[in-house]
Amino acid sequence: MSVTARAVSLLVAFLVVAGLAIFVALYYIGGASAMPTVHYAASGGQVNVVLQEDPQNDSSSKPDWVSYYVQDPATSNWVHTTLFSVPANTRVNVTLYGYDGCTPLRNNYFSAVQGTIGGTVTVSQFDQHGKEYVSDQTTPLIDSWADCNVGHTFAIPGLGVYVPVASPNAQLSANNLCSSSPCVTNGNPYAKETFSFMTPDHAGVFRWQCLVPCGGGFLDGNSGPMQTLGYMMGEMDVVSS
Amino acid sequence: MTTTQAPTQPTGARHGLRIFLIWIVLSLAADLLIWFVWKPHLPPGDMSDAARHQQFDIAVLAISGAPVIIFVLVYFIYSIVVFRARPGDDSDGEPIYGNTKVQVTWIVGTTVIVMWLFVFGTVELVVPAGAGAGEGPSPIWKLAGPHSATWTPNSNTMLEVQVIGQQWTFTYRYPQFGGMESSELMLPVNTPVTFHVTSLDVIHSFWAYQLGVKADANPQVDNVAYVTPKTLGSVTVRCNELCGIWHGAMYNFGHVVPQTAFQSWANGVQAKEQSDGVLAALPPYAYTYDPTVIPQLGANLPKIDGITGAAGYYYPPEDPVTP
Repeated sequence: MSVTARAVSLLVAFLVVAGLAIFVALYYIGGASAMPTVHYAASGGQVNVVLQEDPQNDSSSKPDWVSYYVQDPATSNWVHTTLFSVPANTRVNVTLYGYDGCTPLRNNYFSAVQGTIGGTVTVSQFDQHGKEYVSDQTTPLIDSWADCNVGHTFAIPGLGVYVPVASPNAQLSANNLCSSSPCVTNGNPYAKETFSFMTPDHAGVFRWQCLVPCGGGFLDGNSGPMQTLGYMMGEMDVVSS
Repeated sequence: MTTTQAPTQPTGARHGLRIFLIWIVLSLAADLLIWFVWKPHLPPGDMSDAARHQQFDIAVLAISGAPVIIFVLVYFIYSIVVFRARPGDDSDGEPIYGNTKVQVTWIVGTTVIVMWLFVFGTVELVVPAGAGAGEGPSPIWKLAGPHSATWTPNSNTMLEVQVIGQQWTFTYRYPQFGGMESSELMLPVNTPVTFHVTSLDVIHSFWAYQLGVKADANPQVDNVAYVTPKTLGSVTVRCNELCGIWHGAMYNFGHVVPQTAFQSWANGVQAKEQSDGVLAALPPYAYTYDPTVIPQLGANLPKIDGITGAAGYYYPPEDPVTP
């Protein structure tokens, strides 16, 4: 083979490998950017973030994975994403609807509420008929090993925020869970939890995640929705206010 | 008739002397720079005895390696300058059929270097109590300091700290303070510390960088590492084992504080967790925890198939499945 032919072959091989690498990178970056980000704007130094966690989701690829949803403040529609943005140095008031059933925490230390204003959460629980059987209970702890009462957690380790998310009770968890996502309060048992925390005074991306091993069907509950953006983990983008 | 006289070349002994003199001067200068200028800035610093020993080890290896590297470079450059082919000289070099002096020098030199590294490495592995690494549940070398069920300032009692890894955070449990747990690593200065490192899910690695401590966190394994923090300051704790998508974000921070401040902090956390019911919710302190079983699940928590699984397992035996 001549020197020219060898040089051309080498160049072609290089271009093929480089092109493949660029394609893979763009594929994943494109996939990530395809997930919408819900933007929350502050009013009076506060912002109201509304989330829900469901036993399933409305995706076509992984419909049986547990998943978070974020409510768009402009339309009040539930968006299947775990990306949202909030302003820096702002009080974030979170309302979290827990539709999924209970699963014990692996480390029950995270039954304790940490990093919220006051170190507490306020919990209400409703059955499928809308009857409120626990009403506005403010607590620093939801012991996931003592009762069927924690579905997931909402944790932002970078800010020291760790919140156990209440679930419907045992019988409701076993028999009447929401089966169509995004879940609605009418006709489904759920828990409603509210808490607040402060965003830092600087911009940055903070990952948030669930600490309950809720990847059903995966070894010890790891992997699957636990490790996938858009399901049980996400990013909170703190932007300059 | 004119004659052309070749430039005078030094003899073999002169070449050797020149190279030796250049080498010894440069090596001495390099080693002095390494020891007095570079060493104080070498990682991981001198915040603990283990870190100080690691810094010392790196410096000693550097001053051991520098003369070797400098010799290679000096010989290389000297050869290019002095032994290069002159214009018009197409002849080959003289063949060499053995040189006892060179062979003996080579064998003695390399033997000394290897034996020095062997002895130094062995001594350094023993002296600083395992060099800050996890040694499994039954360490051979231990720090001096009595074990006790309680810890008080100025007692030289070992402080026990359990490091619990899970995707993707570390927490720290203090059995001498009622088994309280914290998401922040706090340590008293000048106190021998025993880390019991374990995991609740996959394999992690506890790396308290500035303290020079690194130990794998394996499920159901108690990996023990020792350290004595010597100076006040902040510590970065990182996971050093690829453990999932957020491995790179699995870090938090710790602080080495005065002994009385530590006791005050620990008593405060213990009291708060007692008051909030966290201590009662935690399992009894153990060196390891089974990641698939919650033995504390009792009558209060109904066993719901597919949710908690039978007998307190997270999932029934046929599920999980390996994907």
